[in-house]
Amino acid sequence: MKRRRDPAAVNSDIIRRPIQRCAPIFLWPMVAAFCIGFIWPFAQGLFLSFTKFKTTSKWTWVGLDNYVKALADESFRYSFGYTALYAIVSVILINVLAFAVAYALTQKIKGANLFRTVFFMPNLIGGIVLGYIWSMIFDGLLSGYGKSILTDSTWGFWGLVILMCWQQIGYMMIIYIAGLQAVPEDMLEAAKIDGANGWQTLFKVTIPNVMPSITICMFLTLSNGFKLFDQNLALTGGYPYIINPDGTSVHTTEMLALNIYNTFYGQNTGARGVAQAKAVLFFILVAGLSILQLRATRDKEVAA
Amino acid sequence: MKKLIALLLALAMVLSLAACGASDAPAAEAPKADAPAAEAPAEKKAEGSVYWLNFKPESDEALKELGAMYEAETGVPVKVVTAASGTYEQTLTAQIDKSDAPTLIVVGNQAAVNNWGDYCYDLTGTPVAEERSTDAYMLYDADGKLCSLGYCYECYGIICNVELLEKAGYTKDYITNFATLKEVAEDVHARAAELGFDAFTSAGMDGSSSWRYTGHLINAAYYWESVANPDAWVTCPPSIEGTYMDNFKQLYDLMVVNCATPRADLANGGFDAGAEFANGEALFYVNGNWEWSNLESKGMTADQVHMYPYYCGVEGEEKIGLNAGTENYWAVNAEADEEDIQATLDFMYWVVTDPEASAIAVGTFGTMPYKQAVASPNPFYGSANEYLAAGCDIMECVNGFQPNVDAYRATAVSAMNEYNADPSDANWEKVVTAFVDGWAVQYAAVNG
Repeated sequence: MKRRRDPAAVNSDIIRRPIQRCAPIFLWPMVAAFCIGFIWPFAQGLFLSFTKFKTTSKWTWVGLDNYVKALADESFRYSFGYTALYAIVSVILINVLAFAVAYALTQKIKGANLFRTVFFMPNLIGGIVLGYIWSMIFDGLLSGYGKSILTDSTWGFWGLVILMCWQQIGYMMIIYIAGLQAVPEDMLEAAKIDGANGWQTLFKVTIPNVMPSITICMFLTLSNGFKLFDQNLALTGGYPYIINPDGTSVHTTEMLALNIYNTFYGQNTGARGVAQAKAVLFFILVAGLSILQLRATRDKEVAA
Repeated sequence: MKKLIALLLALAMVLSLAACGASDAPAAEAPKADAPAAEAPAEKKAEGSVYWLNFKPESDEALKELGAMYEAETGVPVKVVTAASGTYEQTLTAQIDKSDAPTLIVVGNQAAVNNWGDYCYDLTGTPVAEERSTDAYMLYDADGKLCSLGYCYECYGIICNVELLEKAGYTKDYITNFATLKEVAEDVHARAAELGFDAFTSAGMDGSSSWRYTGHLINAAYYWESVANPDAWVTCPPSIEGTYMDNFKQLYDLMVVNCATPRADLANGGFDAGAEFANGEALFYVNGNWEWSNLESKGMTADQVHMYPYYCGVEGEEKIGLNAGTENYWAVNAEADEEDIQATLDFMYWVVTDPEASAIAVGTFGTMPYKQAVASPNPFYGSANEYLAAGCDIMECVNGFQPNVDAYRATAVSAMNEYNADPSDANWEKVVTAFVDGWAVQYAAVNG
């Protein structure tokens, strides 16, 4: 409080007042954008998940009916399992590889900056484009063996994992590099003097110090894994299907977001409410998982 | 000097803003430079406007030209927006809810009538409906409301390069059924290296080409089933028998075996069958009349081509002609303002009666079933008429009933990919399941 009267202090009234007065100019456009772009569509989506509708203005209330149908939908449950499996595999692979690359590129090697740039570049390409490019690469490789990524769901799965690793490792690498550069030199030096070997230094000093980076990278890769859509659509589009003897089919490489999309835009417009309910469930799932994961990794962060 | 620059910049900004504003203003206000000067001022008070949400990207340019022509003639603004390929349903869903909703939409089959029938203006007795030259190609809802009118019709089958056929030693009239088609195809395929061309073009199963098989070729199986049981096929049947799936298999196998592309590669797609055909690399090409402008632009002439029906080994198939039908159906948005509905109806009438306009429309769409529309120069209608003149029946496009069509066809594509990778009987069974049992599944999904 004392400092408030000191005109030179950063939080003095003389400096704070004009900032406070201008705050709405900075704040309200963002609030408005957030309301228009997020709050309103979200509220409308939530509402529509309890209705039957073709277009968003014509609806009839059906209560929890859509949720019952969504949970009873075999394809939705399948794609949930598939997405979870994909998310686990991709989170592990992307983070381990990104950390390894970042670790290598923070050692003093020649051309580190060039490598960083090159590894980061796949992020600059859109998902749909990447999906089509990689589908050509995989087709080129697999057709030599008489296979296709569209007829073999194992290849579909690993194809997607490879694609996403290729795209995301560079991004996560940048975050890890920032974390690694912030590890205090004196700690590393102390570890060296105490006689810790390379692995010990890595696990006891470096990793605890980069936990904030790990938290954010885990969060990004996990939510990206669950939300994956463009690459899924372009690479396999859900193919191959398993055709059941009763004529129903399971889209073996269809992830949650694509499942919701296909439900919404199938010609069966009666299912739009169900798709909306699936989307709400999807949101709860992704948000819940992300919060859990943030808590779990935050606990392990240490104060440097 | 600084002041001058500042002034100029400010001026530039104001002008660019004004320019932005002007482009939003109704285009009707400014008579087009090429408009007939005498007419434009008299009709300047625009009553209503037309907004056509078109579904065929390939006809976008021609429709915009039509719109501009009409606008120049009458002063009624015509806006043409084309949905990106394969996204009509999405675009329509989004657009029809807006305050500036489309007035002219495409409601192309019975399933679409079930979805969008509420939005369809009853076209019974309207001048454009009175102009029709046939009772076919009209869609009604369950209450008998005339929901949409086919504005053109299409024919499809097996396109043949007659020149190459003669080079291979056969005449156009030689092929009259599956046995002769098979004989020619297998002979040409066997002599492909010597002749310099193969029998069939590639049959890619990616999204740009798979519909030729899952949507069109399969009609051979549906059609013969509907002939045996016409009552079941008046509207979309809840389930189908698949009696003629073996015939479909014969024809499909013939096409993918007697072809330069190995069938295992078909799943990946990325082929250009149209170019293969136009370049004279293949004798037969499964497609329809709409392909003509493409073939013509690649240098083919009308006397080079003929179209054969889908011969698949059914008894009596010598008396069948080409598939004819359409998904190009006009519907008027009933929720639009009254003057917009009237403007739209006037526009439709103009398109089918005005000689110049109908010439453009016919050039774009093919034959239009309207009394005053000009005749089409497309040679494939000539083939269709040849079969009709010889007393053959039209192979009606009952494939328009395919329930939940995108999901239905996608499942079939998956099964056919598997079959092409390993053409075993077990895998063919899956194709049959996808087409036959899949029909009932998708019917239930939509109607259940």
